[in-house]
Amino acid sequence: MSFDNLDTLYRQVIMDHYKNPRNRGSFDQESLTIDMNNPTCGDRIQIHLLVEDDIVKDAKFEGEGCSISLSSASMMTQAIKGKTTQEALNMSKAFSEMMLGNDVDTEDMDLGDIEALQGVAKFPARIKCATLSWKAMEKGIDK
Amino acid sequence: MDVKAIRSQFPILNQEINGRSLVYLDSAATSQKPSSVIEAINSYYQLNNSNVHRGVHTLGSRATDQYEGAREKVRAFIHARSTEEVIFTRGTTTAINTVAYSFGNRNLSPGDEIVLTPMEHHSNIIPWQQVAKVTGATLKYIPLQSDGTVTLEDVKETITTNTKIVAMTHVSNVLGTINPIKEVADIAHENGAIIVVDGAQAIPHMAVDVQALNCDFYAFSGHKMCGPTGIGVLYGKKALLEEMEPVEFGGEMIDFVDLYDSTWKELPWKFEGGTPIIAGAIGLGAAIDFLNTIGMDNITKHETELVTYAMQQLKTINGIEIYGPENRAGLITFNLVDVHPHDTATVLDAEGVAVRAGHHCAQPLMKWLDVTATARASFYLYNTKDDLDRFISSLQRAKEFFGDVF
Repeated sequence: MSFDNLDTLYRQVIMDHYKNPRNRGSFDQESLTIDMNNPTCGDRIQIHLLVEDDIVKDAKFEGEGCSISLSSASMMTQAIKGKTTQEALNMSKAFSEMMLGNDVDTEDMDLGDIEALQGVAKFPARIKCATLSWKAMEKGIDK
Repeated sequence: MDVKAIRSQFPILNQEINGRSLVYLDSAATSQKPSSVIEAINSYYQLNNSNVHRGVHTLGSRATDQYEGAREKVRAFIHARSTEEVIFTRGTTTAINTVAYSFGNRNLSPGDEIVLTPMEHHSNIIPWQQVAKVTGATLKYIPLQSDGTVTLEDVKETITTNTKIVAMTHVSNVLGTINPIKEVADIAHENGAIIVVDGAQAIPHMAVDVQALNCDFYAFSGHKMCGPTGIGVLYGKKALLEEMEPVEFGGEMIDFVDLYDSTWKELPWKFEGGTPIIAGAIGLGAAIDFLNTIGMDNITKHETELVTYAMQQLKTINGIEIYGPENRAGLITFNLVDVHPHDTATVLDAEGVAVRAGHHCAQPLMKWLDVTATARASFYLYNTKDDLDRFISSLQRAKEFFGDVF
């Protein structure tokens, strides 16, 4: 495998989100806040959601982590903004499927940059990094 | 020491990972196993499998002889006075928990102190947190120097006559620090405390003499010393073990059982409730035979050469942070500046080089180092300078790779 596969894992768009994360920070007003740990490395991520009438008005994240977990959080917060909570959960489900290496029908959803993370599926040890922020978002919406 | 001959006894090392020959630098997590250990477990199951300490049939005697023979091998290896002082456990964690439950919970009360260091593995912190909660005792930590060592002045300062237990690792799994156990044991004893030593990272790599160290308890795992997983040892001084109650009750550990009360077997069996880890113990015995044929002092010397060479080479890389003291056991914990250790480890893996990335079950120490995670390369008797060159060159590539994409 070597560097071709690594290039798939660390695509430019992922590195861009890692270096210039979107939606990093927290809200001044009260928001849904979920803490999530990646127990394998101790990385901790915090997702903040503003949900009104079942619509994700805004989403932000804080925390530390590797390039995969932080870029995934950055993309996730971007993608779910303005979506209904059900749409957000559907996206999360689609993302989990993508991480399992399964084909996902993304016609009805705008995954945007997220598809850049497809390469993670080839690195089983890193899947948890990618899904961390999504799991946190799911937990928040389920609250 | 003929490393090439040693390597040939480890079948797992002879394979390619991602198109490159495997360089295994994660022995501090678990060591690889030589053919003799795998064969010992195999032949036990194929020829001698039976339960121990019961029955009169031939297989039963063979299994018992092998199991108790392994205990004698452990005794000789750690220089314990008697096999009564060698208790088989599931691993280091279970061994330390046994002391915490059986000694800690029964002997400590409010006002008593348990003294630890911030460099402990979770398995030598959490059991003592639980003892403190149950008994009302307090936890105290010996401060670390900036290079991750402790000074005897600080040890003397922290241990008082209120201290009942000192729990300390022999070798740090993150920093590679080698602690002065004998001296700390003396200070503990002068204050009327006992010392519990986590030997998991020491016993695979150096000669250990529990009587010379004068430690009260010494815990270690088989799987880090070429043995199988699921077997470990609690060494304890007989006088202490005799006063202690078992923590697991049931078959194997009893003397007489009545409807309303029972009595226990003598040492060491009163601490080995249930059918013991027979194959595991036999595998551990084979691992000790293997290590003895090479010689622990030779292993230490080889690893010192490796770690010295690796430290020299790593220092030539710009933008690398190395944690721990100059004088260290055979492991190096590090971070590439601006690269998360997970990302470093993934790039190394793509080059066939296996290192650990994460918090190494030492979250308080990570906090002390002010990092969330680190990468770690750890060495053993089968590693070579070639392995280290591959490690260094893949680190260079990781740096280039992440330098390019940023």
